[in-house]
Amino acid sequence: MSKHTLSVLVEDKPGVLARIAGLFSRRGFNIDSLAVGPTEHADVSRMTIVVNVESSPLEQVTKQLNKLVEVIKIVELDPTASVDRELVLVKVAATAETRGQVLDTVQLFRAKVIDVAPDAVTIQITGNAGKIADFLRVLEPFGIRELVQSGMVAIGRGSRSISERSLRPVTVPARPAAG
Amino acid sequence: MTEQITGAQSLVRSLEAAGVTDIFGIPGGAILPAYDPLMDSSIRHVLVRHEQGAGHAAQGYAAATGRVGVCMATSGPGATNLVTPIADAHMDSVPMVAVTGQVGAAMIGTDAFQEADIRGITMPITKHNFLVTDPADIPQRVAEAFHIASTGRPGPVLVDIAKSALEAATSFRWPTELQLPGYRPVTKPHAKQIREAAKLILESRRPVLYVGGGTIRSGASAELRALAELTGMPVVTTLMARGAFPDSHPQHLGMPGMHGSVSAVAGLQKSDLIISLGARFDDRVTGRLDSFAPGAKVIHADIDPAEIGKNRHADVPIVGDCREVIADLVTVLKAEADAGHTGDFEAWAEFLSGIKRRYPLGYETPADGSLAPQYVIQRLGEIAGPDAIYTSGVGQHQMWAAQFIGYEKPMTWLNSGGLGTMGYSVPAAMGAKVGAPDTTVWAIDGDGCFQMTNQELATCAINDIPIKVAIVNNESLGMVRQWQTLFYNERYSNTDLHSKRIPDFVKLAEAYGCVGLACETPADVDATIEKAMSINDVPVVVDFRVNRDAMVWPMVAAGKSNDEIKYARDLAPDFDRVEDDWEVRPA
Repeated sequence: MSKHTLSVLVEDKPGVLARIAGLFSRRGFNIDSLAVGPTEHADVSRMTIVVNVESSPLEQVTKQLNKLVEVIKIVELDPTASVDRELVLVKVAATAETRGQVLDTVQLFRAKVIDVAPDAVTIQITGNAGKIADFLRVLEPFGIRELVQSGMVAIGRGSRSISERSLRPVTVPARPAAG
Repeated sequence: MTEQITGAQSLVRSLEAAGVTDIFGIPGGAILPAYDPLMDSSIRHVLVRHEQGAGHAAQGYAAATGRVGVCMATSGPGATNLVTPIADAHMDSVPMVAVTGQVGAAMIGTDAFQEADIRGITMPITKHNFLVTDPADIPQRVAEAFHIASTGRPGPVLVDIAKSALEAATSFRWPTELQLPGYRPVTKPHAKQIREAAKLILESRRPVLYVGGGTIRSGASAELRALAELTGMPVVTTLMARGAFPDSHPQHLGMPGMHGSVSAVAGLQKSDLIISLGARFDDRVTGRLDSFAPGAKVIHADIDPAEIGKNRHADVPIVGDCREVIADLVTVLKAEADAGHTGDFEAWAEFLSGIKRRYPLGYETPADGSLAPQYVIQRLGEIAGPDAIYTSGVGQHQMWAAQFIGYEKPMTWLNSGGLGTMGYSVPAAMGAKVGAPDTTVWAIDGDGCFQMTNQELATCAINDIPIKVAIVNNESLGMVRQWQTLFYNERYSNTDLHSKRIPDFVKLAEAYGCVGLACETPADVDATIEKAMSINDVPVVVDFRVNRDAMVWPMVAAGKSNDEIKYARDLAPDFDRVEDDWEVRPA
């Protein structure tokens, strides 16, 4: 098994997430991480899906995804030619004694404190999966009270956009189908 | 100012604009507004007795005519009753549009009376589906539904319309363009792939044309025949493709698979090249996948790229419409032949003809003089002939109907192949008869299947849809019973239906306004069929009371290798010997 990152451009329509999630579950593919959000085009959403599969089931899942009418384009991002990030908000215990060490760690990882309470701080960190895992390992001994993590988002390096060709309007002349 | 009409009127106009002439359905609360303007429309609405009947009728209509079948139902239970036929149409790539009413937009999500999330429920079993809450969207969605259902790999599309949208005022504008940026089916095959395929064909020594239902949906029979006759390659037609290539043709080896002919199974199993045309290497064809056709390379042509390489690696994948693929192959191979390059498959064809002669399809005549079900079906096919349309349910009678009727033309054999839906036969026959009123339509059904959907006999009798039904009555769930005989030590748990006692099918037929006939001896078979053939003003139901112990042969047990095919119980064809015969031939 190996991880693959798929960028999926979809029409921004109700139910599209359910369609995609349902397809993964009924065909027996596990999603490691999923992030959905708007793009530079008003009607298009972009999903970043991380799956853990062999290459031949990956081909099958890509083909099945492509059959969904609302899926416009699918690209597998090459990890060496793309940048990926996750966002974590983590609430860590910080007493008068440990606060300094916690803040040092925040500095070291270029994270950010976004909320402070007398006995805890809430930290925001972005990074790839490895950096975040390292950061959390260092924080662990202080006492992690709560943690929330986004799915991974990823983008190809360089000047080209994955939406360039796929978003040319595709129009089909309407015709009587049943006649 | 544009004319103001209701959403319901807009829906009916949209269906008319899409070319719909026939709808099968049942009204109810949420779809009720649509039924009012339907009264004034040119569209014929056939009022069925159960929504499942409407769905299968739409399937039968589509499969017999090639046009999009349309069914209509109300929200909640009306819509959920369509689930089985929608799933069936999805598995067998049947172009169908289902229109359902939904509760008013403001009530969606409140567990309102007769509310069911039919769009959510049918997501995995439709090619696409829509929920429409804005009346202005109705024409656009209907146009898209028909386009999606009928193009690419055909399939069912559901349009769920909120009652509030049907009641609201709107204006009608039939779209001139469809905005479907994510829907671009590829129909034209790549020339390079066609050349690669032609090269493999010419290099092969034991090729087989493995023909699936896609050839029927794409209307590729003429092209297929040209390809087969140009090259001399043997042909097998799957359950979904019976009729795509004439059964009477000498190159036809029959149907492959679990209950396929020995020659068709052997042809695939021993081949060095499988040319798959609109087929999908279903488990019922391949048996145990890792021992299926071990020496064969594969050319896999399909309009759905996801089918290619799904179950079996394709050496030459070709994405495209089967008719175009086959036509292009013919062009390239003809040019090769003109340049003196042809394949030499004569020895291979002769070898397979030998197997076909040695292991023909057959059956045992019961020693007790009772009626062999295979005989009934065979005679039915001979008397009604290749111009009739045959539908079937699922089980033994389905396999015998696939085996013992000679199909010569596409769209004359309609059955539930992928989903295996008992109860398909009668409503599908009804739909086929509405689509092809001048054609004789026989529903060949089992006594188990028949009792799942026979209420549509009322629809047929009242609406002047004179189908003919042959109940192959072995008073049991025959295929399940066959498995109990073979694999469960003859312990017949819950397969005995007692249908020779209850119900009385003749009386049942008469109660439904049909002619009821019964037959239980071989001597009466022809006369009974001929009598049924002579009645064309009302539906006819014949209760053929057959021997209950008959089994379907040949058979490859589920999960077994095709090499372990049994020609009859405890009788395996001598594959190794025939293989030796093949091997000693000079190359």
